[in-house]
This record gives sequence, C-alpha cells and structure tokens, in this order.
Amino acid sequence: MKILVGYKRVVDYNVRIQVKPDGTGVVTDGVKLSANPFDDIALEEALRLRERGVAEEVVVVGIGPADLTAHLRNGLAMGANRAIHVQTADAVSPLTAARTFLKLVEKEQPGLVILGKQAIDDDANQTGQMLAALWDRPQATFASKVEIADGKATVTREVDAGLETIEAELPVVITTDLRLNEPRFIKLPDIMKAKSKPIDVIELGSLGVDVADHIKTIHYAAPPKRSKGVMVKDAAELVTALKQKGLL
Amino acid sequence: MTKILVIAEHLGGKLNGSTARAVSAAAAVKPDAIDVIVLSDAPDAVAAEAAKIDGVSKVLTIARAENAHSLAAVYAPQIVKVASGYTHVFVPSTTFGKDLAPRVAALLGVSQVSDVMSVEGPHTFKRPIYAGNAIVTVEVDATSTVVATIRTASWAAAASNGSAPVEPLNVEPLLPSHTRFVNLQQGKSDRPDLQGAPKVVSGGRGVGSKENFEIVYKFADKIGAAVGASRAAVDAGYVPNELQVGQTGKIIAPELYIAVGISGAIQHLTGIKDAGTIVAINKDGEAPIFEIADIGLVGDLFKILPELEAAIG
Ligand SMILES: Cc1cc2nc3c(=O)[nH]c(=O)nc-3n(C[C@H](O)[C@H](O)[C@H](O)COP(=O)(O)OP(=O)(O)OC[C@H]3O[C@@H](n4cnc5c(N)ncnc54)[C@H](O)[C@@H]3O)c2cc1C
Ligand SMILES: Nc1ncnc2c1ncn2[C@@H]1O[C@H](COP(=O)(O)O)[C@@H](O)[C@H]1O
Repeated sequence: MKILVGYKRVVDYNVRIQVKPDGTGVVTDGVKLSANPFDDIALEEALRLRERGVAEEVVVVGIGPADLTAHLRNGLAMGANRAIHVQTADAVSPLTAARTFLKLVEKEQPGLVILGKQAIDDDANQTGQMLAALWDRPQATFASKVEIADGKATVTREVDAGLETIEAELPVVITTDLRLNEPRFIKLPDIMKAKSKPIDVIELGSLGVDVADHIKTIHYAAPPKRSKGVMVKDAAELVTALKQKGLL
Repeated sequence: MTKILVIAEHLGGKLNGSTARAVSAAAAVKPDAIDVIVLSDAPDAVAAEAAKIDGVSKVLTIARAENAHSLAAVYAPQIVKVASGYTHVFVPSTTFGKDLAPRVAALLGVSQVSDVMSVEGPHTFKRPIYAGNAIVTVEVDATSTVVATIRTASWAAAASNGSAPVEPLNVEPLLPSHTRFVNLQQGKSDRPDLQGAPKVVSGGRGVGSKENFEIVYKFADKIGAAVGASRAAVDAGYVPNELQVGQTGKIIAPELYIAVGISGAIQHLTGIKDAGTIVAINKDGEAPIFEIADIGLVGDLFKILPELEAAIG
C-alpha cells in the first residue's frame, strides 16, 4: 500500500504574527517557516505504518511556490520515500488543494491519504474532508489513533463529546489531531540520504485543476487587544474583586 | 431571496446549544427565511427543541436509520439535496460541523468560510486566521452558495420562545456504507458543559498530576464552574481530551475564566479571547498569561485554591 501525506509549509507556530499596517496581509518576509505541525504528525503516522509493514511507500506532497524544495527535503529526511511538488506561485485555497490531491490520488492510487486536521496559517480545517467528498471515499478526521487491518481503518477521533471510534473501508482520508503521535527528529545522516531521494515537480497548471476561488480576502486586521489588568496580592483580594464584578 | 439552512447538531436525543448560536449568526444576515434541518434516526424530540429557537422559519427533518450517528459521509449527500433551495448553509464550528461542512461544500463545488465571527453583509464575513492573530474580512462570490461554519464563541444563543412548524422530508440519495460508527467514549460528568458554561476553571501543567487535578475540580464545583485544561495537561494525561481549550481544542467565551497553572501560550489564549473576565493564578509572575489577564494573582495554586474556597465561604 502507498500512503500520500500532505506536507504544507507554514509560518512556524512560535512566530508572533504581525498584520501589515495597510491591511493587505501578514508579514511573512524573513519569518521562520516550518512544516505544518499536524503534517509532521501525518508523516510520522505514515512512517510508522510503513515500519509496521502496513504500507510500502510514503509520498509527501507539497503544493506551493518554487522554493518548496528544501521543505520537501525535510520530509524525505524524516523518512518519506519520495516527494511530489505541485508548483504554483498563487495562494492555494483548501478546495483547490483538495482538487489537486484528487488528481494525485487518481494517478498514485494510494490506500491512505493522511493530512493535517488544519493548517495553522489559514486554520481552515477543510482540505481532507473536501478530498474525501470529491473522491467519494470515507473520511476519519481529528484522528488520535489509527489501526489498519483487513482492508479497513479503525480510527479513534477526538470529538467535542469525547473519543469516537469509526471503521472505514480503504482507501480512506485521515486527518491528524495532535495526540496521534510525537514526530521523530531528523538526524544528520538522514539529511544526506534525502538528497538522493526523488522529488517530482509538476506544474499545477498542467494538472487541469479548476482553481476558481469563490472567496476573496479583502482585508486583514490585528485582533482587538485585551489590555493588561490588575494584580491582586492574595486570595481574599481576588474574591473581593470578583464579588465586585458580580462574578461570585 | 436569501434563505439560510442551519444544520442542527445533536447527541442522545438532545439539541446541542451550538445550533441556537448558528441561528443567531444566520439572523445577522437578515435573511428571508432560516430553516433548521435535523438528520437523525428519530428526529422528533430534537426537532421540537429546534422549533422553539427564535427566528427559525421551519424545521426540516430527515428520519433514516442511517442517520443514527453523525457520519459526515452519510449526512453530506442528504444535505446537498436540500441545499439547492438555499443561498447559505450554516453549521456550528464544533467537531461535528468542522467534519461535515467541508464535505457539503466540496459536493456543492464551493469553498467554505470557516469560523465566522461576524457578518458584515450577506456575502461578507470576518474570520480568524493564524490562531486568531489576524482577523480577515472575506467576500464570497455572490453567485455561489455560502457554506460557513459558525464560531460559536462569537455568537450568543438565540432565545427559545418560538414555535416553528416541523416538516418531515423524504430525500433518498444513495448513502454510502463504507463508514461505520463503532462507539463513543463520553466523559460522563455532572459538571456544566465546557462550551456553554458561564464560568470555567482550567488547569495546566502546573497542576502536576491527575490526582492533583482534584483540587481544580473541587474549586470548580464550589463556584459552579465547568472544568477545562491546557493541551499540556491533556497530553500529560491529567484530564481527558474533551477538556482542552485553545486553537485545537474548544473555543469558549464564559463570563469568568480562571486559569490555574497555565503559562498562557498563544494557542491556549486563542481559545479564551472572548471571555468576559480572565483570572490567572500562576507562581511565575513573568508568565505570559498575566499580559492578558484582567485579574492576576502570583502564587502557588496548591495554597491559593483552598484559600479561595475558604474566602468564598
Ligand atoms: C499546533 C499547536 C496547537 C496547539 N493547541 C493548543 C491548544 O488548543 N490548547 C493549549 O492549551 N495548548 C495548545 N498548544 C500547546 C501550547 O503551545 C502550550 O504548549 C501549552 O498551552 C502549555 O500548557 P501549560 O500552560 O499548561 O504548560 P506550561 O507552559 O508548562 O505552563 C505551566 C505553568 O504552570 C505554572 N506553575 C507550575 N507550578 C505551579 C504551581 N504550583 N502554582 C501555580 N502555577 C504553577 C508555571 O509557572 C507555568 O507558567 C498547541 C501547540 C501547537 C504547536
Ligand atoms: N498547499 C498545501 N500543500 C500540502 N498540503 C496541503 C496544502 N494545503 C492543505 N494541505 C493539507 O491539508 C491539511 C489541512 O489544511 P487546511 O484545510 O488548509 O486547514 C494540511 O494540514 C495539509 O495536510
């Protein structure tokens, strides 16, 4: 079995995001970029499934600009067999990403596609569900445990009410939650090895994907700030303050 | 004609409070009609509750055995059949809605607006990105169906004085059988629900252990609060996952939020931005949580919580 993994590059989660004063975007120049944390988890899960003998091949997929190569090399260094770089200079909406994944799925015929539950830049939380819909296959979102056996995936999902377990026939689209696993660190020799692993570069334009976007972002703003409040010196003072506000 | 279809969220025969919040967002669009749809094997009780929500024009039900559990792959084709009569489809941005809405949007061939915080016009909305560190205004093409998830913390629940008619529907698309519900392990608790509670007490890594968390539960019970937690506390196994507050947990807006032994990472703060009053108790006076807390108290939580209980009387 082959596993396709979404491997998006995003602004690192430790960066303090600044909105440009003219409201046209956020500052990304000179800002640290990393793999989307949920995608590192997706890749880790795929590698573990390969190590358990459930899968033979793990392919990382990035849709983005020409300089994505170094990022994809990180995925290869972590252990993916090969990478697909779908190249486009334009911003990619979740629907376009899902349609692009569908093209790759038709070509690669994977048994599993593992994506992050959300990209921490757009926080959309859509691509996996959209791919599953377009592909007419099951989805198992927000996974915190995955078992594959007998042509089925049994997935535990983190839902608001607790932990839900579902069973789905392969091929399946899984999206990862934070507690699925802890991604491994990349070791130096693996970075060397990754240099000889293949990266297929495909122009998005050549895939025949409908890139129409129904949603335009017209303005960016900084969120309203909560101002620093008061400090109290002990429990008694805190209780008084809360009683004054009618909260106790 | 602007017509909005709101998809009801329910569990165990009870309507989830997130539905009335999504109806509030729908009302902000000032539409000609707001219909709520209930998919279930036995929708009557939930439909009766939904019919009471102010502003609802009618409640549609689809009763099918396959709808016993909210599987997105099963629900989506049915909603798509009904959606053709609507300009907007709104779903609460809970794990239920986040799972379902993109599947509906993709089948309709449209993009989705996630986590609507405010309605600026029938096709213009504000939503957070980068864990709430930026707020964008987005405009949906006026000829496309608007599929949106509604950030529940941004909307008060619509009141329950209405009496809309309930109308059973017969939509019979072929439903997939490739996805099956196995079970739901639900944390059972007599405490208020984290997502709707007016008061919440959350504990973090500073609480130190599952056993120590009793002190947080005890204090929460004293003031009638729901209990939440940071991701670090969940990861360390102190509490179950459904208590996590933040970017990847629950986004909440209680009147009072008390953070105990939580440092205040940006991913946590994004979950409590809309809280009325934030209280922080932390032994580290430099903890970032104090930057945004309305009331801060530096000290050891194991000493302070019992003192608070005593002071409340
Ligand atoms: C993609 C992503 C998503 C994330 N999503 C979330 C999310 O949804 N929610 C979330 O919470 N986190 C989330 N995180 C994790 C987040 O970055 C922090 O790691 C986490 O919030 C830290 O939890 P904490 O404050 O409990 O722990 P710590 O940062 O370790 O803080 C513990 C605090 O307890 C204090 N303390 C210790 N002992 C005592 C005592 N006896 N009395 C009083 N104070 C004491 C310490 O001074 C310290 O400030 C996410 C991270 C990533 C990368
Ligand atoms: N441009 C992209 N390149 C690679 N993977 C992507 C891309 N966009 C979305 N994905 C995948 O889809 C997941 C969810 O993204 P989103 O729907 O944007 O929140 C991500 O975690 C990735 O796994």
